[in-house]
Amino acid sequence: MGNKQTIFTAQQLDAYQDCTYFTRKEILRLFYRYRDLAPQLVPLDYTNHPDVKLPYELIGSMPELKDNPFRQRIAEVFSEDGEGNMTLDDFLDMFSVLSEMAPRDLKAYYAFKIYDFNNDDFICKSDLEKTLNKLTRNELTEDEVRMVCEKVIDEADLDNDGRLSLEDFQHMIVRAPDFLSTFHIRI
Amino acid sequence: MDYNVDICETDIDYENLADGEPAQDFSFNPINEPETSTQNCPEILEMEVFKECTDVQSSRSSSTSDESLDREEISHLQRHGWSAATVKVLASMPSRTAELNKSRRVRYQASSHESPHCPRPVQGASVLADVEEINTEASNFCAAENNMDQLVSSLQGLSVHEGTRKLRAMPLSLADKIEIRKVAFSLKTESSFIGRNIPCYTHLSMYISTTWRHCLFSCLPVFSSFKLWHSALKTLSGRYGTGVLSYFLFLRTLLFLNLLLFVITGLFLIFPQAIYPPRSSKANFSGIELLTGTGYFSDSLMFYGYYSNGTLHGDQYRMPAAYFFTIGFTLFIICIILVYRLSKSFGKNFQVLKSNENLAVKVFSCWDFKVSKKISVRLQSEKISTQLKEQLSEMIKGEDKKTCMQQLRRLIVHLLAWIACLISIFLGTIGVHYLSENKFNFNFKAMLQAHNLPKDTELLVLSAVVSGINLLLPGFFNLCVWAEKYESPGTRVYVSVFRNLLLKVSVIGVLCYRWLERIPDNSTLECWESFVGQELYRLLVMDFIVTVVYTFLGEFLWRVFSQTILQKKRKPVFDIARNVLELIYGQTLTWIGVLFAPLLPAVQLIKLIVLFYMKKRSLILNCQASRKPWRATQMTTLFICILWFPSFLGTVVTIIYTVWTIKPSENCGPFRNLKTMFEGGQMSTRHLEDAHPILKWLSWVYDCLVENPVFLFLASGVFLMVIYFQAQVVDGQRKIISRLEKQIENEGKDKKFLIAKLQDLCK
Repeated sequence: MGNKQTIFTAQQLDAYQDCTYFTRKEILRLFYRYRDLAPQLVPLDYTNHPDVKLPYELIGSMPELKDNPFRQRIAEVFSEDGEGNMTLDDFLDMFSVLSEMAPRDLKAYYAFKIYDFNNDDFICKSDLEKTLNKLTRNELTEDEVRMVCEKVIDEADLDNDGRLSLEDFQHMIVRAPDFLSTFHIRI
Repeated sequence: MDYNVDICETDIDYENLADGEPAQDFSFNPINEPETSTQNCPEILEMEVFKECTDVQSSRSSSTSDESLDREEISHLQRHGWSAATVKVLASMPSRTAELNKSRRVRYQASSHESPHCPRPVQGASVLADVEEINTEASNFCAAENNMDQLVSSLQGLSVHEGTRKLRAMPLSLADKIEIRKVAFSLKTESSFIGRNIPCYTHLSMYISTTWRHCLFSCLPVFSSFKLWHSALKTLSGRYGTGVLSYFLFLRTLLFLNLLLFVITGLFLIFPQAIYPPRSSKANFSGIELLTGTGYFSDSLMFYGYYSNGTLHGDQYRMPAAYFFTIGFTLFIICIILVYRLSKSFGKNFQVLKSNENLAVKVFSCWDFKVSKKISVRLQSEKISTQLKEQLSEMIKGEDKKTCMQQLRRLIVHLLAWIACLISIFLGTIGVHYLSENKFNFNFKAMLQAHNLPKDTELLVLSAVVSGINLLLPGFFNLCVWAEKYESPGTRVYVSVFRNLLLKVSVIGVLCYRWLERIPDNSTLECWESFVGQELYRLLVMDFIVTVVYTFLGEFLWRVFSQTILQKKRKPVFDIARNVLELIYGQTLTWIGVLFAPLLPAVQLIKLIVLFYMKKRSLILNCQASRKPWRATQMTTLFICILWFPSFLGTVVTIIYTVWTIKPSENCGPFRNLKTMFEGGQMSTRHLEDAHPILKWLSWVYDCLVENPVFLFLASGVFLMVIYFQAQVVDGQRKIISRLEKQIENEGKDKKFLIAKLQDLCK
């Protein structure tokens, strides 16, 4: 409420508040979390928009993401350069989409991008196989993985092109009652 | 890009098989089968255009900051092999122009609830066309700018609040959103920003709602962990599969039922009688009473004989009435709970959309991103892989064709096994019957007293024999099942369950016969109801002791035996059938016993709690998940079904028979000196009516409605009709869903066809 902080200008904070699902206090708290990852790299003054990018290794070492098998994909999807190196904007964006207030379509969109390992706007069989292996830590045999992939594509592919487009994915997510609560990171 | 070619090839092959026409036949005769013959074409054309465009791509100059976008855009366009003219036409499709087009890093195809301000369509098409032909920074910049304009204009028509909400939901990067916001909202006047200083109460309500939501989300996991044994069950289900989990869930259900039973009887029967004891207990306490239930316990709150037949606390609390109505009420409540759970279980099994979306939805929405501890992550992976394996096993139900001889042999083996099991059940039941009638003419009393065992120990013989039969015969059934070599573990469990059920039903049947026919006629007993209650108590306790011994020693020894002597590498599998039927057996005894021994639910409660921890421990130490995972979706339904049909209904029949026809003993209990217990109930009702005339109309209603057969027929007729209508509705919905899915598929095919035609026309 009070304007005692000097990290952002009031306009910046307003802008952040309008464009993410966080309040002012949460944005500041997230900034401090971001800064804690590399205090020497991140300045305390963002009023002149410094161009600071934290490397993926630091992002991936956060306790919320450390053991998540999809952390690399999450960082790649939300980072500007596609490699996982995140600016503060990317950082805020990531946690905003993964917060509990984000609507289902937005989450479905980003979930689709996360599971699309080869970035071709479709979840094809190889993407599915990678997803499954990450989910089960390679515990399924190859045959089982193949069968699951076939069945998934069979079930979800509506326009019958052998891979899942964004529409197919969103249509399927509509039927998943717990997607909103599982695609959620608390920070 | 390789898979494009693959799809092309497979489609061609498929079409060749289906039609017999050569794949390249792309003339205008596909009036008969437009979809099949031209389905080849987009893919073929893709291949050609693909080759073309790779040349274009390789010759292009490189790296502006927007190159990633262009590569994406172009590669997307290439994938569909559309020429520039086609793209122009497609871009002016109504669905495309209403969408938000590409931005710097991402693509988004929005849903239809867009703002009425449609951006300029032709410009959009030319943007796409430009981007494909030349790659200059200027055109890219133009593209980006036009996209930005579109987005900004879509926000402008809305109020600040709406616009903010829409801006937040856009799948763009934060920097883009800030830029758009700057442009879109700076065009509004300052007054709107002042208007953003929302009034106090809105601010307050927003604060309250966000705080509440935070609280709820942080409390929810706490609440779910309050659910009894929640975390333990999660661990077990992940490691051992849904079959074993269904056993433990069933145990928990029974625990809650018994708790409810205990609370009700405690409040209305035990507590009042405990405050006003009719007489003090005569005997001393010695340890053996815990096993036999005689002696000190025989004249205590434990059994029917202790309860007075008068009123307590002056003239206010009539014990017989309380006894009768409490028992009736508990049975009624349990009936309702069981019917409710049964209907819910059935409902889950017959959902409309059940077979369709399970696996895909599970794969994409099962991973909980909130989980951050390493152990929990590992547990989650285990759970997901177990569930996936179970679902897969359902899919692979392939059976090898057997020859006639093999089938005959299998049939003979099954038949022999069934005959062996039935004979063993019959022998066991006859044994119990003769023992109970003392046809063996052993003088157990003298024999045991000769060994200096305390008095009344001979009463334990019957319960020991029954428990022994319950211990040994299921092992024999397991042997039969092993010899029969069933293919799927699910079938094995079902067959075992059925055999165990037959055993338990016969044993309880024989015992009920003894309790209801023989014992009341036995004139040497002072208080036959207490005696029956004691027998039930003994059975329950003996069962518990034998289960403990079996779990600790038996399962442990069996594991050691199978690993050292039989040299099997795997530990044995948890025997679901035997354990579940034991639970049901114990619960049936408890329900029958409530009439004769109101404290029996407490005994069963303690037994279940101890059993849970013991079984869990033994499971982790001695057992392993079954090698072929199988999905036990219908196990819970089956268990509740068995609990309802033979167990609970049998209990109700027994109790009604007892209450209606058997003469209560003359010297003890709340119904002494009456012809039947039911008469006591009727007397109590009349007393109540006299005391409270309001109740007279209730009994009138009862006489008119419930005892009138016409009303019952009408009611059941109405219910049946309702059920029929619902079933038809569900069926119709299923049909509609499958038709709609087919329609979507056809639309996709139509789209491809039209694009191909467009390509052709544009050439």
